[in-house]
Amino acid sequence: MIRNSRASISDVAIYPIISLVIFVSFFVLLGYLVFKADKKYIKHMEELPLQED
Amino acid sequence: MRLFTKPLLSSDSSDSAGALEGFYYDNKIVKAFIIVTVIFGVVGMLAGLTAALQLFWPAANMDLPYTTFGRIRPLHTNAIIFAFVGNGMFAGVYYSTQRLLKAPMFSPILSWIHFWGWQTVILSAAITLPLGFTTSKEYAELEWPIDILITLVWVVFAINFIGTLIKRRERHMYVAIWFYIATIVTIAMLHIVNSLEIPVTFFKSYSIYAGVQDALVQWWYGHNAVAFFLTTPILGLMYYFLPKAANRPVYSYKLSIIHFWSLIFLYIWAGPHHLLYTSLPDWAQSLGTVFSIMLIAPSWGGMLNGLLTLRGAWDRVRENPVLKFFVVAVTAYGMSTFEGPMLSLKNVNAISHYTDWTIAHVHIGGLGWNGFMTFGMFYYLVPKMWRTNLYSVKLANMHFWLGTLGIIFYALPLYWAGFTQSLMWKEFTKDGFLAYPNFLETVTQILPMYMARAFGGSLYLTGTLIMVYNLLKTAGSGEFLAHEYDEAPALNKKLKIAGTFHSLLERKPVVFTVLAFIAVFVGGAVEFLPTWLIESNIPTIASVKPYTPLELEGRDIYIREGCNNCHSQMIRPFRSETERYGEYSKSGEFVYDHPFLWGSKRTGPDLHREGGKYPDSWHYNHMLDPTSMSPGSIMPSYPWLFDDSYNTTDIPAKINAMRTIGVPYEEGYENEAVADMEKQAESIANNLAEAKIKVGKDKEIIALISYLQRVGTDIKNDQTALK
Repeated sequence: MIRNSRASISDVAIYPIISLVIFVSFFVLLGYLVFKADKKYIKHMEELPLQED
Repeated sequence: MRLFTKPLLSSDSSDSAGALEGFYYDNKIVKAFIIVTVIFGVVGMLAGLTAALQLFWPAANMDLPYTTFGRIRPLHTNAIIFAFVGNGMFAGVYYSTQRLLKAPMFSPILSWIHFWGWQTVILSAAITLPLGFTTSKEYAELEWPIDILITLVWVVFAINFIGTLIKRRERHMYVAIWFYIATIVTIAMLHIVNSLEIPVTFFKSYSIYAGVQDALVQWWYGHNAVAFFLTTPILGLMYYFLPKAANRPVYSYKLSIIHFWSLIFLYIWAGPHHLLYTSLPDWAQSLGTVFSIMLIAPSWGGMLNGLLTLRGAWDRVRENPVLKFFVVAVTAYGMSTFEGPMLSLKNVNAISHYTDWTIAHVHIGGLGWNGFMTFGMFYYLVPKMWRTNLYSVKLANMHFWLGTLGIIFYALPLYWAGFTQSLMWKEFTKDGFLAYPNFLETVTQILPMYMARAFGGSLYLTGTLIMVYNLLKTAGSGEFLAHEYDEAPALNKKLKIAGTFHSLLERKPVVFTVLAFIAVFVGGAVEFLPTWLIESNIPTIASVKPYTPLELEGRDIYIREGCNNCHSQMIRPFRSETERYGEYSKSGEFVYDHPFLWGSKRTGPDLHREGGKYPDSWHYNHMLDPTSMSPGSIMPSYPWLFDDSYNTTDIPAKINAMRTIGVPYEEGYENEAVADMEKQAESIANNLAEAKIKVGKDKEIIALISYLQRVGTDIKNDQTALK
C-alpha cells in the first residue's frame, strides 16, 4: 500500500486559500448566471412537468 | 465574450424544429417498482419494529442468532434504504424521466435487468444479513459478491438513463433530471470507494482501509448515502411530483438551479461530522462542521421552494391527500436539515453523539421525508396509471394521520431518551465521581421511552398497511395503462442555437454529468488524500501489534454478531468518558483494524478499554446470560457461541489477506497460525476451568473472549504513547 509516504505537505497554507477562491468564484458565477437568466427560458423550464396530461 | 453580454440561461433553444413523432411511455416498469416498494416497505418496517421491541424485551429475538438485534438492525436499515426508498425512487425516476424528456426509456430490456438485478441484491441482503455475513460498515454491510452485483446493476441503470437522455425530444433537462444525474454518478463513486475490500472467502472480506482511514471513508460514504440516495433523488421527485400534484409550476426555477449546484457541492464535504471528538485529525473534523453549517442554506432553499410552490393553493392541501403527504414530507426535510447542521456543532455533538438523539434525527428524515414523499407519490401515481380515482380518500387521510402521529410518537420519546441518557453519562457528584457509574442505570431509565417509540413505529406501520389496502382496491377498480401514448417534435440536434453557458450545459448531458462528478469528487479527495498520505495525521504507537489469530477470529465473530451496532470502541477525550471507560482512544491504536469498529451508538457501554477489565469467566457468563452479570441488562444472550466451534480452516487465508493490506504478519506465519490459536485457546479454557467453568477450547466463545480481552490493551504496554 502506498501509505504514509510523505511526512507533511509543504506550503500547506495555500490550499485553503485556493479552496476559498474556487468556492467564492463558483457561487459568484452561479449567482450571475441565474440572475441574468432569460425569462422565457425560465418559464419554459418551469412548465415542463405540467406539459403532458 | 458572449458569455457576459447575452443572457446565459436562454430559451432560444427550446424549439426543437423536428417532425412530430408519436411514442409510448413504459408504465409497466413503474408498476413493478411500486409493487416491490410496498412489499419491502412493510418488511423493512416489520424488521424495524422487531428491533425496537428487543430494546425493552430482549427475548423478542426468540434466542435465535438470525433474529438478534445485531443482525436485525442492519437488515432493517438496508431494507428501508435500498429496498423501500430505493425501489420507490426508481419508480418515480422511471415515471418522471420519460415524461420530462419526452421519450420512452432507452432500453426496456435494461429497465428489466435493472429491476430484477436490484431485487436480487435485496434478496441476497435479506438472506446474508441474518446469517451474519456482514462487513460491519453501516449501510454498506453487504459482502463483496453483492457489492459487485450492486455495481453492475447500477451501471445498467446509468446506461439506460443516459441513453434516454441522448434519445430525448426535449432539448433542456429539467432540474429533476439534474438531481437524478448527480445521484447516479455520486452513488457509483461512493459505493466503489467504500467497498474496496480484499476477499478471504466467498462470504468474508476485509476493508482495505484501516482504523481512522476506514472511518473517514465509511462516513464519507455513510453521510453521502443519506445525501445522494435518500435526498437528491427524492428532491428530484419533489421538483416533478409536487408541481404536478399542485398543478402549478415550482415557486422559483432560478432558486432550484442554485439549490442543485450548492447542495451537491457542499454535501460531499460534510461526512466527518459523524466523527467529531474521535481520533480523526482535527482539521478534518472542522472541515466537516463548517460544510455542515453551510448546508443549511441550500437545504432550506430547496424546502422553501417546495413549500412555496403551494402558495395560493393551500386550500387544496385540505382536500388532497397527495399534497398533505408532500407538505409534511417537505417540512420534515426542513426540520432534519436544520437539525443536522446543529448536531454537527462540536458542543451539541458532544451531547448528542452515541445517543438516541441521532436515531430520532434520522427517523424524522426517514419516516417523514422519505416515507411521506413515497406515499404521496404513490397516491398520485396509482390512480393515474390505473385510470381511475383513489378508492378511498378517507382511508388515505387516516393513513396520513396515523403516519404523522407515528412520527411524533416515534421521535419525541427518543429525543427525550437521548437527552436523558447523555446528561446521566456526564453527571458528576459534588465530590467529583460519576453520578451514574453503572452504565445500566442510564439504560433502564429510558426503557419507557423505548416502549413509546415501538408504539409510534407500529402506528406508522398500521398506516402503511392501510395504504396497501387502499392502493390494491384502487388498482382493482381501474384498468392499468401499460403503454401511455404521447407525441412531441423530434429533437433536431444539428440545429445551431444561440444559447449560452448553462443552457448549453442542459443540452449536453455528458458534459453536465462530468461537471456534476467534479463537484462531488473534489470534496472527497481533499478530505481523504491527506489522511491517507500524510504520516503526521496518524501518529504510530510502537506497542500496537497485530491481533493474534484467535483474536482475529474473535473479532470476526464480534463483526458477525453486529456487536458494533450497540457498542462503540471510541472513547472521546471528555472527563466523563475517561472516568467511565479509561484512557481516551488514539488514532495510532487502530492501524491494524480492518475494518474499524468505532460504532455510532451506545445502547451498551463503550468497549475500547474492555480488555483486561473483567476476568474471562465474567465474559463467559455475561455472553451466556447478560442479566446474570448485569441484572436488568437488555443485551441478548448468545447461546450459540457456546455450541459452535470457531473456524480454523480460513485463518491462513485471513492472515494472508491481512498481510496483503498492510498488517505486518511475518511471511509464513499463516502456517503457524492454527497452532497459535489452539495454544491461546487452551490458556483461556484453563482460566475458565479455574473458575469452575468447563468448556471446549474450540468453542466460538473462547475466540470472542480472546478478542474482548485484547481490545484497547496495547497502549498499556507503552505509557509514552499516552503523552
